[in-house]
Amino acid sequence: MTADPILLRVAGAFKHFPISGFGGGAVRAVDGVDLEIRRGETLGLVGESGCGKSTLARLITALLPATAGKIVFDGQDITRLKGWRLRRVRRKMQMIFQDPFASLDPRMTVGDILQEPLDNFAIGSMRDRRRRVQELLRLVGLNPNFTNRYPHEFSGGQRQRIGIARALAVNPSFIVCDEAVSALDVSIQAQIINLLQDLQKEFQLTYLFIAHDLAVVRHLSDRIAVMYLGKVVETAGRNDIYERPQHPYTKALLSSIPVPDPAVERERAPISLKGEIPSPVNPPSGCRFHPRCPIARVPGICSEQEPPLEPHGARDQVAACHFAGQA
Amino acid sequence: MGQTLLQIEDLHTQFFTSRGVVRAVDGVSLHIDAGETLGVVGESGCGKTITALSVLRLVPEPGKITSGRILFRGRDVTKMEDEEIRDFRGSDVAMIFQDPMTSLNPVTKVGFQIEEAMTAHNRFSASLAKTRVVELLKRVRVPAAETRVKDYPHQFSGGMRQRAMIAMGLANEPSLLIADEPTTALDVTVQAQIIQLMKQLNRELGTAMMLITHNMALVASLCQRVVVMYAGRIVEEGPVEQIFRSPQHPYTWSLLRSVPRVDEARKDRLVSIRGLPPDLTNPPPGCKFHPRCPFVVDRCRVEEPSLGEVALNQVARCWVLMRNVKEEDVAAAKASALSIEAAQKLKADAEAAAAEVDSVAGS
Repeated sequence: MTADPILLRVAGAFKHFPISGFGGGAVRAVDGVDLEIRRGETLGLVGESGCGKSTLARLITALLPATAGKIVFDGQDITRLKGWRLRRVRRKMQMIFQDPFASLDPRMTVGDILQEPLDNFAIGSMRDRRRRVQELLRLVGLNPNFTNRYPHEFSGGQRQRIGIARALAVNPSFIVCDEAVSALDVSIQAQIINLLQDLQKEFQLTYLFIAHDLAVVRHLSDRIAVMYLGKVVETAGRNDIYERPQHPYTKALLSSIPVPDPAVERERAPISLKGEIPSPVNPPSGCRFHPRCPIARVPGICSEQEPPLEPHGARDQVAACHFAGQA
Repeated sequence: MGQTLLQIEDLHTQFFTSRGVVRAVDGVSLHIDAGETLGVVGESGCGKTITALSVLRLVPEPGKITSGRILFRGRDVTKMEDEEIRDFRGSDVAMIFQDPMTSLNPVTKVGFQIEEAMTAHNRFSASLAKTRVVELLKRVRVPAAETRVKDYPHQFSGGMRQRAMIAMGLANEPSLLIADEPTTALDVTVQAQIIQLMKQLNRELGTAMMLITHNMALVASLCQRVVVMYAGRIVEEGPVEQIFRSPQHPYTWSLLRSVPRVDEARKDRLVSIRGLPPDLTNPPPGCKFHPRCPFVVDRCRVEEPSLGEVALNQVARCWVLMRNVKEEDVAAAKASALSIEAAQKLKADAEAAAAEVDSVAGS
């Protein structure tokens, strides 16, 4: 066993999608990301739509090739892996998707859906596989006799449980949850969140939990990374980032989430950001956040120089801002 | 409080499907005063949207308002002639929807669509409507409104489209604006902008608002009063502060505790409500929530409670009420979700069952 506490390391990852037709150019979905995920932790990844968080997840799981940069999983560079070597890595990393309606094949029975990954990796005998399917169903709180049913016979929450069971089938060490609870009703969402926590403890799983709901992310994560327009702008422990955010974008993001408590709400004054997230085809010069930033010096350093991710605030906290902590 | 603007009395809206009659709204009574903001919360399928659509008589086929009265300034909406209801929609009550892309016409300019909303009601002349469009877009803070009126919806971002929808809703100065999940499709920073805007409009124009949402936090930030719906019925109603501080219905209590808060460090497990919402073609007997309620007593299974007063201005539909629940029961309910021990036990059971199958197969 390796003793490396870092399970996954992303170094200078880029993913540009070229735009066909006149003009050319590229959508710079992920534009220079450095990130580390530690063994056994949950790293929350937050940001608004279009900030590149799902693209980053697809780079990490090697579903998309990176334009540049390196992704090291469990001591192995997986960026250029192909064939059986890639398959061997994929067995260790699985994904849970947002839409439990779109991510299950409607023409396969639940038993077949859960057995497919076992067949793919030729795990166990046929009888072992069938037994494993039943065990998986129990594990996620479903009746093990449901193997002959089809996805449409299940509710949204139950389908998400099937998606989780499928991810667990091959005994992965790392699971990417891409908006895994966003499409669910609140009471069902709580069931799935609790289930994810229980499974993590039981199987020592490492999670990358991607969501736009910062309250859910705070509840589930040990550390949190904030993305804006293709870059990570701040990373910190879950309480540090909420109590002492260093980047003005993190601050604005946190203040814009209403709290389910009218007494608290009356006292809060959300920091209102100007405008909306700019196009990733042609990101602003210097710090990408400067056109919307309440503390930017423009013209000046903010519109001219891109700030690097540097330690600010608490231990283990980094932020990319020329005036970190000053808002 | 001001005078009553909208009064819904014992509204029943049902859908006649091949599977049977779906009682989507099952005896809802509520009121909204002039200038007031009312939140209607509940999970998908609880009847909150159908209640709103009933107010505008826009219930889709095969749905029908089967009984009850909807009084707007004393006039019964359910009895209005076609002519009357057309005039009522948009000018007295306007509605904005969750997805601003599907509610705007993609092949018509945004400015013209807002203008059309005004000229259709003959409240403003064509030329006045034109200048008013720009005013309205400025009012909802669309930048460069003079040029943006000539844009098509696809040229607007999600937040801008929702602003345009709000502008359209306000075009005829309605006294009530119904907003159905107005920010659900938007990013958080944009959501905050839209909430700010709605607060401002309510203050400046005195427009009453009915906010339909599943997001308790949104209600806390925007509303004065809240109605909680479950399975087509109101289960609790009261002033926002009171409901959030001391919810009396177990469903309200669970809803509030099933969402993590952004301003709190992780403490407990989330309260998850077991099971699923009932099938409305065949709702359970007694209290509709009893199969999922952690504090159920025998009476709940046979007899449905009515809405009873539990505090000043607060009513709840429950035989038990949260204030009568013992503390250890509350603690047990908090831990009721599948715990680690339970998960391990399940796993052990599964292994034992598998071993049994093996031994039978082997013999």
